[in-house]
Amino acid sequence: MRKFSWFNATSLTFGFAFLYLPMLILIIYSFNESRLVTVWAGFSTKWYGELFQNKAFLDAAKVTIKVAFWSSTLATILGTMAAYIMVRTGQFRGRGLFSGMIYAPLVMPEVITGLSLLLFFIAIGLDRGVITIVLAHTTFAMCYVSVVVTSRLVSFDQSLEEAALDLGCTPFDAFRSVTLPIIMPAVISGWLLAFTLSLDDLVIASFTSGPSSTTLPIKIFSAVRLGVTPEINALSTIMIGLVTIGVISASLVSRSMSIKAKADERRAEQD
Amino acid sequence: MNLRARLLIFVPYAWLLVFFLVPFGIVLKISLSDIALAIPPYVPTMKDGFWTMIRGLDLENYAFIGAGAVFASFTLLVLAIAMFQILYPRVRRALIPDARYGIFDSAAVALTALAVVVVNIAVLVAVLSFLFPVLSDFVDIPDFLYFAAYLSSLKIALISTLLTLLIGYPIAYGMARSAEHWRPTLLMLVILPFWTSFLIRVYAWMGILSTEGYLNQLLINIGVISDPLVILNTNIAVYIGIVYTYLPFMVLPIYASLDKMDDSLVEAAEDLGCTALSAFWLVTAPLSKPGVIAGCFLVFIPTLGEFVIPSLLGGSNTLMIGKVLWEEFFNNRDWPVASAVAVILLFILIVPIVAFQRNQEGGER
Amino acid sequence: MAQPKPDAIFAPWDDPAATPLIQFKNVTKRFGDFTAIDNLTLDIYAQEFFALLGPSGCGKTTLMRMLGGFETPTTGQIFLDGVDIGPVPPNERPVNMMFQSYALFPHLTVWDNIAFGLKRSDMHKDEIGDRVEKMLKLTQLEKFAKRKPHQISGGQRQRVALARSLAKAPKLLLLDEPLGALDKKLRHETQFELMDIQETIGTTFVIVTHDQEEAMTVASRVAVMVDGTLSQVATPDQIYEAPNSTYVADFIGDVNLIEGTVDVPEKNAASDAVSIRWSATEPAIKATSDLTFGAAATVHFAIRPEKVSISTEAPEADNVMSGKILDIAYLGNISTYHVEVAPGLIIKAQATNVRRVSRRNLTWEDHVYLSWTDTAGVVLMT
Repeated sequence: MRKFSWFNATSLTFGFAFLYLPMLILIIYSFNESRLVTVWAGFSTKWYGELFQNKAFLDAAKVTIKVAFWSSTLATILGTMAAYIMVRTGQFRGRGLFSGMIYAPLVMPEVITGLSLLLFFIAIGLDRGVITIVLAHTTFAMCYVSVVVTSRLVSFDQSLEEAALDLGCTPFDAFRSVTLPIIMPAVISGWLLAFTLSLDDLVIASFTSGPSSTTLPIKIFSAVRLGVTPEINALSTIMIGLVTIGVISASLVSRSMSIKAKADERRAEQD
Repeated sequence: MNLRARLLIFVPYAWLLVFFLVPFGIVLKISLSDIALAIPPYVPTMKDGFWTMIRGLDLENYAFIGAGAVFASFTLLVLAIAMFQILYPRVRRALIPDARYGIFDSAAVALTALAVVVVNIAVLVAVLSFLFPVLSDFVDIPDFLYFAAYLSSLKIALISTLLTLLIGYPIAYGMARSAEHWRPTLLMLVILPFWTSFLIRVYAWMGILSTEGYLNQLLINIGVISDPLVILNTNIAVYIGIVYTYLPFMVLPIYASLDKMDDSLVEAAEDLGCTALSAFWLVTAPLSKPGVIAGCFLVFIPTLGEFVIPSLLGGSNTLMIGKVLWEEFFNNRDWPVASAVAVILLFILIVPIVAFQRNQEGGER
Repeated sequence: MAQPKPDAIFAPWDDPAATPLIQFKNVTKRFGDFTAIDNLTLDIYAQEFFALLGPSGCGKTTLMRMLGGFETPTTGQIFLDGVDIGPVPPNERPVNMMFQSYALFPHLTVWDNIAFGLKRSDMHKDEIGDRVEKMLKLTQLEKFAKRKPHQISGGQRQRVALARSLAKAPKLLLLDEPLGALDKKLRHETQFELMDIQETIGTTFVIVTHDQEEAMTVASRVAVMVDGTLSQVATPDQIYEAPNSTYVADFIGDVNLIEGTVDVPEKNAASDAVSIRWSATEPAIKATSDLTFGAAATVHFAIRPEKVSISTEAPEADNVMSGKILDIAYLGNISTYHVEVAPGLIIKAQATNVRRVSRRNLTWEDHVYLSWTDTAGVVLMT
């Protein structure tokens, strides 16, 4: 039994208060009647209504979701391939460079990634727009996907693939019918991570977007530079709400699955 | 290796080469070019022919931003660390023959460290005064802004990493000590902010810290202060923002290393006569070191190039290199200087990145 | 011991006309600097239950993986039914493997696991169903067909793995430590099940194990491996009673090893008699051997503890030694006595505890006599 003292209780309380109070205040004040964001003037949902009237925000949201969907899908395919290469393929020429390029974007400051991609797109004469953002987001998100999938593949019992080969599968068939279904949870969480990263990204998108392809973070950034506005509070609340629902339901699903698996195992031993 | 495996390797490899390595090569090239009123706004370009372009490249931008000074101070830092690593164990062994890691030994260790630092500085100063006449041209800084921005980024990153550690460690420790059935929930609560928008989390503090913000209202209402505190648009706000947004990166690795630890180790230490506090210092703290180091790097590395936090929470006198790069590019439209700033930033990052990777590999072993 | 069977002795390895199913010809496998298999030649015959036995790292698993197609020999060839299977990939070999971890596909039901290989052959859908049902019946798993692997017990998982690897009716079945994950009692039951199944379907089984008792129980022949080479390939009783080296004698069961030199044979001695001088003062050990030894050659005399009798009075026997009891290990059915017969030489003797309160007359520090016949032990050159 671990000892749980008042010290631990205090540090947890203050720690989580620090993490959640700012967001909580933001959510509460998004329902503020007044335009003066710091003065409470009664409950109202009018800022949500105004937000949904604001065409610029809605357009930006559409662009953002489109970019996030395509870049996370591409990143998942490329990142899974990269993870499979790193874990399963033995030595090949340029492996060192490959693993360096897989990990470097994870720690590369966004300003450098953004700047280098912008200069690259200009050098090859590619007009900036949705496509350039998708390409840029795919490049850094695939590295995150590959990290997530790699950690699953490493703990994956390789004899499962060998068993599939032994039972008559070609290597590709073995991947499709055995490996992929088993690593699917990691692939999905990789996709979700890529999607969120793309949704969140301000710096790289600012460098690689064109005039007709403003994303939501760019829009939010240019609005909040001048100060706090109630519309942004409302928008933030919606975004926090969506993420919270997503994360909580994902964790509930995975917990109930693990509880069920434990119950199954207990029952199996009794049979 | 068959054709299919080759193809499998080729696709992501080619992608990374084209969209990661080649762009960086272009940054390097443009950092050696000169600004011009043209489209694109630099010369020479490939249009001038390959050899003319190569001959037209120079180190002017690097000289302009004081890269020599950055390089020199960087070398000095590495030298100092190396000397410390060589000197410290020797001096320590000489002064404390029987290092038993007792609580009271810590004082002796601290004194030793201090002594080594003093010796270190003395040696470095001696070397410098000897070399300075030769190097003075090299370390000449035409525009002090960039050098100051590098230094200030370094300072802000270091201080905020330390603050994040001080706040993050107790949280991770409390989580690892909580009841088994609580831990998944607590873990989810730490991860949840990580999934919510970074921009929004920084923005949330703008409303709190401004002069008529919630914090000042609260403090004035309860009578602690009579005039509002100026926090927003100062470095303090930047520290708060960094600690807040990067806290999960610090808590998670420390929690992971504490959670792995066998409880009976602390019990064994107490059984062998340690107090709860000394058991923590002698057993728990050393065993959580890999997590602490990983957490510090995970905060320090991205903070160094941070842009959003200083531009939203910082003031006009908050100098951070990510912000300088952004302004150089978008406001001054000086692409060659922006590129040179990026190259130097990457150069500074190489040491912590390599150190981080070695720490990770060591942890796996 | 279950093999050999009483009627119609199954021993194709003694029949020069029999053609082996599997032939290893001078096979060497290196991993970098490490030689896992060193110039190994071995024949395995159809319908055999062949055990590869050895400590971990002896190369037994590598040998099996080469049969499965997961490793290729560095040099040498492997023939299956006269065909060199070196270039054949695992998915095209008429060989199936039961993996040590069972490697059951966690996302598929028991039924789909067993059908997995059949679906990748040109078998018709109805036939697949029939074949799976047959396999479920053979392994008594009908009740569990719809369950996923994590919903059944360890013993049932082991049977699913067996059924899956047998479903395609392979010419050869490879079993990698098939019972390693089961507890001791279940392991004993499953050993007999495995033998019954092998007898029923007549497939050639090659099993890898580090458990000598398991190898002796199930196998028709056992190959003892050490450092990538074969020490001895023989039936279980030959391995136990007539080991060809001190290594094999020591690896299989418990043994007393006494080092000595061969005495000049007496004039009227039988042609197979050997006497071994192990001490300057004590009488030589009388033994028999088919081998011929040069005079004064250094040899080891190996004798199993159960073949050494222990008594308080001097018996009439070919070999008698005396000493005092240092230790007694009471194992329930038997007791093992450690008797020091000379400074530094301890001989173990075993006696069955036929009575409940048995042999109370023997206790620590007692002076006792050990005796055995001249055919009870073997003389080993290495």
